[in-house]
Amino acid sequence: MSAPVAEPKTKNMTINFGPQHPSAHGVLRLVLELDGEIVERADPHIGLLHRGTEKLIEYKTYLQAVPYFDRLDYVAPMNQEHAFALAVERLCGIVVPPRAQYIRALYAELGRQLSHILNVTTQAMDVGAMTPSLWGFEEREKLMVFYERASGSRMHAAYFRPGGVHLDLPQALIDDIYKWCEHFPKVIDDIEGLLTYSRIFKQRNVDIGVVSAEQALAWGFSGVMLRGSGMAWDLRRAQPYECYSDLAFDIPVGKNGDCYDRYLCRIEEMRQSVKIMRQAIEKMPKGPVNETSGKIVPPKRAEMKNSMEALIHHFKLYTEGYHVPAGETYAAVEAPKGEFGVYLVADGSNKPYRCKIRAPGFPHLQALDFMTRGHMLADVSAIIGSLDIVFGEVDR
Amino acid sequence: MEDKLKSLADHLAASLGSEIVQSTLVFGELTVQTTVGAVHHVLTHLRDDPECRFIQLIDICGADYPARANRFDVVYHLLSLHKNQRIRVKIETDEQTPVPSSIDIWPSANWYEREAFDMYGIQFSGHPDLRRLLTDYGFSGYPLRKDFPLTGYVEVRYDDDQKRVVYEPVKLTQEFRKFDYLSPWEGAKYVLPGDEKAKKP
Repeated sequence: MSAPVAEPKTKNMTINFGPQHPSAHGVLRLVLELDGEIVERADPHIGLLHRGTEKLIEYKTYLQAVPYFDRLDYVAPMNQEHAFALAVERLCGIVVPPRAQYIRALYAELGRQLSHILNVTTQAMDVGAMTPSLWGFEEREKLMVFYERASGSRMHAAYFRPGGVHLDLPQALIDDIYKWCEHFPKVIDDIEGLLTYSRIFKQRNVDIGVVSAEQALAWGFSGVMLRGSGMAWDLRRAQPYECYSDLAFDIPVGKNGDCYDRYLCRIEEMRQSVKIMRQAIEKMPKGPVNETSGKIVPPKRAEMKNSMEALIHHFKLYTEGYHVPAGETYAAVEAPKGEFGVYLVADGSNKPYRCKIRAPGFPHLQALDFMTRGHMLADVSAIIGSLDIVFGEVDR
Repeated sequence: MEDKLKSLADHLAASLGSEIVQSTLVFGELTVQTTVGAVHHVLTHLRDDPECRFIQLIDICGADYPARANRFDVVYHLLSLHKNQRIRVKIETDEQTPVPSSIDIWPSANWYEREAFDMYGIQFSGHPDLRRLLTDYGFSGYPLRKDFPLTGYVEVRYDDDQKRVVYEPVKLTQEFRKFDYLSPWEGAKYVLPGDEKAKKP
């Protein structure tokens, strides 16, 4: 009569998330071990977008290597090129003319806007809000037009080249960017109006994926992931490169290290970025946009019509390329996602011997395991959204 | 900046002694060469010493120099947020000699070591989960080694008869072109056509 009621047998379930999941932000395959709806373990399988960029770069001249950097973090292409350009310039001992430095700062901040708009709005989409991404993408479209007007290409710009930038900006373009800077804070306000105080958005993000400052440091976090946990660390301020020491901006810092704080940091960074863009335009001096020795940067076509020397340089630089003195260096920039670094080993020839790309998303994604542990399955997508990962740079 | 790094180099030479094989300061970057046996202690020291406090591991990567007896370099990039300094630690190893894993120093070393293993076949001892990371499931070979061809050995395609993806040896419809644009007047390694006649009496 009174047979003991058997405990219902439960066992952990292993499910496969992605690689074709809309909130996996690309080709992330996650193997999740679930106890009911609680995540016990997350094992990201990456490499589905591995293209062997580092190997390919070893077979290309320094100039031919530049476009590969656009294809890493393809939502902010020029920021990657910046790190490579800095590395080559350091090995060659070149200082870029001031106008080129300001153009680079302007476009690097433009890339930050591109990346943050994408991330903030897709993070919102991951937790169910559709409208912000429509509003945000309208602005991204305008920014990509600015990319196109400077470099001829909406995304894969190849614009920051070792020695400067490829072409000077026309004044009309600079004026249009300035006008955009006047108008954009209003759009940030609108997006904030939809999200910042939204009850649903806060329920999905506050206290989710909390990372303490110690954890963030131990796991190699950088950028917003580190600042969201309360560390005021920004390479533009701590180790300023090029003209960033002349530009004034604030570093937003989070308090709790959760997904919501990271969102707030990105929103504030967009506002600061607008400030930097305005200053860069106001302070932009006149002058050349390339180093002028002719040994690194090919001459302009008009010059080639009159100068034999220029013609020879043009031929040599587009076939053999330039030789970079033997040595090694590590150049890092504050990309929108964190510290993007290039470890470049040159052997004195016209091709890099080794080019290691340090992508910020790589350690961030690695930490997904400890960040999702004990959270619900639905929180995984919120956490991935706040990590701001792009597989182009994680997989390389 | 240079002075601070120089004093850091002196401090390391004093506190670690013979564990530092060589330290160089180029382009305002400090590189410290150490050995496989000492690297774990050196890295722990760099993290914990109050003069260093390199609490963040930025990167671990391999590099291949096939001509050397110890063909691989393992390069660690560290960052100290307190001192606002960077340091590069390098060791040499070969295919067999395992490098002690630094996961117990920085948990983020996990994927970096897996990547170095995947790309170069560098072994890390004490790593809990030394699987391949970026290459395909079932991939063999170490793609970033200098003797690995750029085109690889296998290619994949979807086979409509078998209804699955199949692996086949690489077929190049056009011969692999490795352009050599190096100027023959600036120290080319080969003999220029016609130059061999110059030796004859």
